[in-house]
Amino acid sequence: MTFIYPTDSNKAHPLPLSPDYKSSIKRAPNKPLIPMRHTLSELTGPVYGHETVREGDDDLTRQHSGEPLGERIIVHGHVRDEDGRGVPSSLVEIWQANSCGRYVHVRDQHPAPLDPNFTGAGRTVSDASGYYRFVTIKPGAYPWGNHHNAWRPAHIHLSVFGHSFVTRLVTQMYFPNDPLFPFDPIFNSVPDEKARARMVSSFDLENTQPEWALCYRFDIVLRGKNATPMENS
Amino acid sequence: MQDNGITPSQTVGPFFKYGLTPTGEYAWNDAFTHSTLTPDVTGDRVRIEGRVFDGDGVAVPDCMLEIWQADAQGRFADPQDRRALPNASFRGFARCGTDKDGHYAFETIKPGAVPDPDGKPQAPHILVAVFGRGMLRHLYTRIYFSDESGNAADPVLELVPADRRATLIAVREAGKSIYRLDLHLQGDNETVFFDV
Repeated sequence: MTFIYPTDSNKAHPLPLSPDYKSSIKRAPNKPLIPMRHTLSELTGPVYGHETVREGDDDLTRQHSGEPLGERIIVHGHVRDEDGRGVPSSLVEIWQANSCGRYVHVRDQHPAPLDPNFTGAGRTVSDASGYYRFVTIKPGAYPWGNHHNAWRPAHIHLSVFGHSFVTRLVTQMYFPNDPLFPFDPIFNSVPDEKARARMVSSFDLENTQPEWALCYRFDIVLRGKNATPMENS
Repeated sequence: MQDNGITPSQTVGPFFKYGLTPTGEYAWNDAFTHSTLTPDVTGDRVRIEGRVFDGDGVAVPDCMLEIWQADAQGRFADPQDRRALPNASFRGFARCGTDKDGHYAFETIKPGAVPDPDGKPQAPHILVAVFGRGMLRHLYTRIYFSDESGNAADPVLELVPADRRATLIAVREAGKSIYRLDLHLQGDNETVFFDV
């Protein structure tokens, strides 16, 4: 069955132009986006499953000969739609800085050490209920050049496919009670406070593993509210 | 506590390459390449290439484009497309990061016509999602082909002011299976982006 996705849901997203985030000033369209009806092209989407993911891709602490430094954590949750239905078989890709806040990307040259045992990339596929789980290292905060004394709150980048090309989502997962939230123009580019809160994971004591790793829960909610069957499908 | 709204988008930032498009430069494998081609795919093989520019006309070196398209028969490799399934292992999806000069390129096949919600044929087209540093949410656009007569009656192109339609139409190089289309995120030649 094919669904229509209300565009009202998109109001949760940042506007393209968010002047406090300086890089958006020359990269946001000036002309209004053109509304259109969803066609089969928008309503379908790439289907990628377990063949895309190798064993161990969901454990970022075991990709090298030794263990990375830093605080080992579990990040897990459900990929859901707006009606609370789990989204099964959805590819989830993550990438992040190491525990010192340094990315392996060649363009990140700020004075913090790289970790030879940490690349910072992972992949998994949600199960039949939409559940996903990663083991990784808690990333550090890091400075950036947006304004004087600018620091990004610790975050993990997530890329999720969902069931159509219009449910595609790339976001960032933050950690609870980060003191950098009020000063971060990327976090605050999301206009609604409740929507911002949906980007913050919650500490999960119940699933924290004794003597091994703290756990954070992060549910990812994709479009799909009031889904109605599409005719001619 | 989480309510039921969707998770907001955030930028891919400047450092996504090692995770999403490592292409052999990092200790991570690619889930996707810039090609949709599979050995058994049928249809006209084409290359689509161009550059991405910002509002100052400066090339964007840290952009990522993703494409999604039907096969040569106009059918999607997705069970939600209830018409006959595609005739090959073709998946219809590819991903490409821009290089230092803003170049991108996709190897694919020219898709067939896909119906609109009223059953009217759309001209052959490819959906594009554009991600990048400075882009808080990805943008959606389309690629059409300059040598398709169906463009004149395409129901989506009809929504676009006539003087902006060229920003969606990749131009075929004479005698070759290469189509060129530059993307302009902002400015006088700003690419048409859709609110979907």
